[in-house]
Amino acid sequence: MNFDFSDDQKQLRDQARKFLAEKCSPKAVRVVLDGKAPYDKELWKGLAEMGFLGVAIPEEFGGAGAGHLELCVIAEEMGRTNAPVPFSSTVYLAAEALLIAGSDAQKKKWLPAIASGEAIGTLALFEGKGNPSPKNVKLTAANGVLNGVKKPVADGAIANFAVVAARTGSGGRDGDISLFLVDLKAGGVEVKSLTNLDPTRGQAEITFKDCRAEPLGPAGEGWSILTQVLDRAAVLCAFEQVGGSDRALEMGRDYALDRIAFGRQIGSFQAVKHMLADMYVSATLARSNSYYGAWALSTNAGELPEAAAAARISATQAFQHCAKNNIQVHGGMGFTWEFDCHMYYRRANAMALGLGSLSYWEDQLIDRMRKKNAA
Amino acid sequence: MNFDDTPQEAEFRATARAWIAANAPKQYEEELRKSSLGRTQLKNANILDVAKAWQKKKADAGWACLHWPMEYGGRGASPIERVIWQQEEGAFGKLSHMFIIGHGMCGPTMMAFAREEHKRSYLPPLASGEKVWCQLFSEPAGGSDVAGLRTRAEKDGNDWVINGQKIWTSGAHYSDYGILLTRTDPSVPKHKGLTMFFLDMKSPGVEVRPIKQASGASDFNEVYFTNVRIPDHQRLGEVNDGWNVSLTTLMNERSAIGAGVSTGFPELFDYCSNLMLEDGPAIENRAVRSKLANWAVKASGLRYTSMRAISALSKGDRPGPENSIGKLVAGSMIQDIASYALDLQGGAGVVSGAEDAELAGRFQAMLLRAPGTRVEGGTDEIMRNIIAERVLGLPGDIRVDKDVPFNKIPTKGRG
Ligand SMILES: Cc1cc2nc3c(=O)[nH]c(=O)nc-3n(C[C@H](O)[C@H](O)[C@H](O)COP(=O)(O)OP(=O)(O)OC[C@H]3O[C@@H](n4cnc5c(N)ncnc54)[C@H](O)[C@@H]3O)c2cc1C
Repeated sequence: MNFDFSDDQKQLRDQARKFLAEKCSPKAVRVVLDGKAPYDKELWKGLAEMGFLGVAIPEEFGGAGAGHLELCVIAEEMGRTNAPVPFSSTVYLAAEALLIAGSDAQKKKWLPAIASGEAIGTLALFEGKGNPSPKNVKLTAANGVLNGVKKPVADGAIANFAVVAARTGSGGRDGDISLFLVDLKAGGVEVKSLTNLDPTRGQAEITFKDCRAEPLGPAGEGWSILTQVLDRAAVLCAFEQVGGSDRALEMGRDYALDRIAFGRQIGSFQAVKHMLADMYVSATLARSNSYYGAWALSTNAGELPEAAAAARISATQAFQHCAKNNIQVHGGMGFTWEFDCHMYYRRANAMALGLGSLSYWEDQLIDRMRKKNAA
Repeated sequence: MNFDDTPQEAEFRATARAWIAANAPKQYEEELRKSSLGRTQLKNANILDVAKAWQKKKADAGWACLHWPMEYGGRGASPIERVIWQQEEGAFGKLSHMFIIGHGMCGPTMMAFAREEHKRSYLPPLASGEKVWCQLFSEPAGGSDVAGLRTRAEKDGNDWVINGQKIWTSGAHYSDYGILLTRTDPSVPKHKGLTMFFLDMKSPGVEVRPIKQASGASDFNEVYFTNVRIPDHQRLGEVNDGWNVSLTTLMNERSAIGAGVSTGFPELFDYCSNLMLEDGPAIENRAVRSKLANWAVKASGLRYTSMRAISALSKGDRPGPENSIGKLVAGSMIQDIASYALDLQGGAGVVSGAEDAELAGRFQAMLLRAPGTRVEGGTDEIMRNIIAERVLGLPGDIRVDKDVPFNKIPTKGRG
């Protein structure tokens, strides 16, 4: 047993941290936050050049062919800096869906474009209120033509292509759902940007009207593919959330050391110290659960479904907990636009919903634990 | 990152498993498995006798205190081998809880500070469970503030003469030896006038009085010292350097207690999986699931946090203050879980007798033991201080007694 990243992986993490510290300062994030750009194009290009976008994509499809543990350490750094780029949509969701279910031609077309930064991808799953469920997919596909509305779609306004969940059967069962690959720059697609909790990561409404689409994976297997994609993305997002938690904790700690009140560093007040200790505890539990998720993901272990749900819940809770208490430690300053605390608060709360809400994953976790116990 | 056994680890596991299968006291397995924190008792046997016999058998075959050096009664095993052993020992491991203070705290302190000849003569019988040890630190005036203790040690020839009182001393009533923290100089600030010893609990002048706990059980005691003599060669560390010595003990205490502490989660999950509520199986109830999921990720988070710590240990890192997490999280968790399990039982949750209560009063026993878990080995508040100060680097609490001679520190809050 060895429950840690290897030295090479840690080195990659340091490299990513250094790169992002330089190219993704809070000032750079604010350009997107303030609506002056839809995402950080320069950073996106840089990530491609560093080989980070294709780190888990096999070499034959233009990637580095390293693996998912490598992707995890990069994800953590993306989260630490609140990077305003469509990394999770493209790399965790779209690329993973292609890797799991894409035909050779589909992989050849899109994966190298992802690795080189030319193509942004996303997953179009949600249709208004509700969590991932075959019942909540109303958009229809008939003879390769899609009709319906997806909302919200992360990074939908800047994406080149989307993996779309569509109804191909009449019921609400798993087997009634199929996945499709849609070139968003082709006809039959209308995209509208939506304001959302976290402006550093865009959300869109996409209307498909008699839109031509090619199937991704076998008909009727959409839901089972989607479940695998969401599980993998849950682990990868958990690392972003862990990075964000750590950064929020660090910011709170630093402020508690600098700020003086009643003639003392506020970090010497126990109420503040203990709040920070509890942030550390939640961040640590999340990190440990995420490590287990990373192992399960990288080995494609049977434990992945359960490990992914646990990592997801733990990391979502930790990021929300650290982000909100970071503002509390900062007092009034923490509630200003000028301080960076709210960027993490926004990101934490937006990320908590992106792959389905906390209660959805709680439900999943218990289901999966039961299945395992029964087996 | 790798969870699988290496070939060496697999071989170790197989050897351990075979030995346990051939030697463990299987007649008690079921009872041990079902017993919960706060109620590890055997119906038809004295648990101390059973525990000692099992420990001795392990020691004779080289399975006791695995990580200790061979010459002191251990096996010189790696941290990971220790974990493998614990996994394989399963419910029988509960028997060694009787020895946790001796093995987890007293042993390591002896190893770090006792003379070589003492290590060789005292440690092997401690490892084998033939001799039981206790930790005599806390006093009515010195719990969290350990350095506030008042038990005096005065030099008399080659001996020290001890007078005073300890309290909450777990297992003192069946212990053979103890490590004892005393005050040797009251005229200097409190941390500077302490000295550590080990002593024979049967020495003249030692009186042990069991205390009935809030849970109803009696696991801890008051211990009185009246002119008890301890030879100077049983001193651990330098005179007046007892604080430093005790830090070694406390550090080990946190990892020993933190690693072994139960969360109550497997019990609750098992219970909810089989429980029928008015409107169907508990495990299908949305509110129940949400609670379970929240505790599940804490339990797994703790499990993997300790695996990370073990991986670090096996690469040569020292156990750090981050080990305080285990007890902090598990303590309130087990308390909340116990009270939730009773809530699910409705009005009947109040019944706690083993014969009449649901699940033999397992969760009731947990509920009544849990407050102690949040206090023993450092309270939740002290754990948070440790994390805040030693892990996060925040300032220490303001100490108004810092430079004050011990005998000038006020002793009462009011009047
Ligand atoms: C089951 C059990 C077994 C035990 N076994 C042993 C044993 O074998 N040997 C032994 O030596 N001791 C033992 N103890 C004693 C234990 O270590 C002490 O009870 C513990 O350290 C707390 O000290 P106290 O009881 O004096 O509480 P106090 O220190 O009086 O604490 C009272 C309250 O004040 C809070 N408090 C105190 N100081 C601070 C601070 N600086 N900041 C914030 N809050 C603070 C505490 O958190 C607590 O809530 C045992 C205790 C229990 C419950």
